[in-house]
Amino acid sequence: MAGNNCMCQEIGVLVFPCSGSSDVGELSDRVGRKIAKCGQAKMFCLAGIGAHISGMIESVKSAKRIIAIDGCPVSCAKKTLEHAGFQVEEYSLKNLGFEKGKTNVTDENVQKAAALITGGKVEKNISDSSSCCTA
Amino acid sequence: MKIEILGVGCPKCKQLTANAEAVLKELGICAEISKVTDIVKITEYGVMMTPALVVDGKIVSAGKVLNKDEIKKIISK
Repeated sequence: MAGNNCMCQEIGVLVFPCSGSSDVGELSDRVGRKIAKCGQAKMFCLAGIGAHISGMIESVKSAKRIIAIDGCPVSCAKKTLEHAGFQVEEYSLKNLGFEKGKTNVTDENVQKAAALITGGKVEKNISDSSSCCTA
Repeated sequence: MKIEILGVGCPKCKQLTANAEAVLKELGICAEISKVTDIVKITEYGVMMTPALVVDGKIVSAGKVLNKDEIKKIISK
C-alpha cells in the first residue's frame, strides 16, 4: 500500500558523482552525498547507468535536471550519462580548484565543493551537521 | 503479452493500471496485467521511481503516468 515508502514523488535534480578511486573521486562521492543529504538533489548510482539497468535508465528520464560531479577532466560521470543519452550539467572538481593527487578529502573540502556546486545553498558551517542547509 | 505495473499502490500507480487496461481493451489485446507492489521487488528491477510499466519483462517507463496514447505506441512496437 502507498505510504511513507511510496516511490512516486517527482524527481527534480539527480546528482551522479564519478566516485572514482583517486582523492578527487572520493571527494566527488562525498560531495554528492552531502548535496543529497541537504535535500538539494537525489543521488543516483552511476554504475547502474553504465550497466544499462533499464529500470534505472527509465527512472533517470523523469529527472528535471541531471548533475555530474567529476573528480578529474576525464569526465567519466558526464560521459557515462551522455552514452546513455542524457543531457548533463557537469561540475569538474578540477575547475573548482581541487587538483587530482593533491586534494585532502576533508569535511571542509566537501563543504566547500558542495557550496560551489549548489551556489551556496549548502551552508558554510560544517560543525553542525543538523543545519547543513540554508533556508 | 505480459504487462506489469510497478508501484506500491498510490493513485499514480492506479491511474497507470487503468490506462493500460483501457488500452488493452481498445486494441482488443488479451494480455495479463499484474501489479508488483513489494518495494523490494520493485527495486530489484532497478526502478527508483514509480509507477513503472514493464512489457514482456522489459521496463519501458518509470516515474511517469503514461497516458493511453503513449501506452499504445509502446505496445504497438
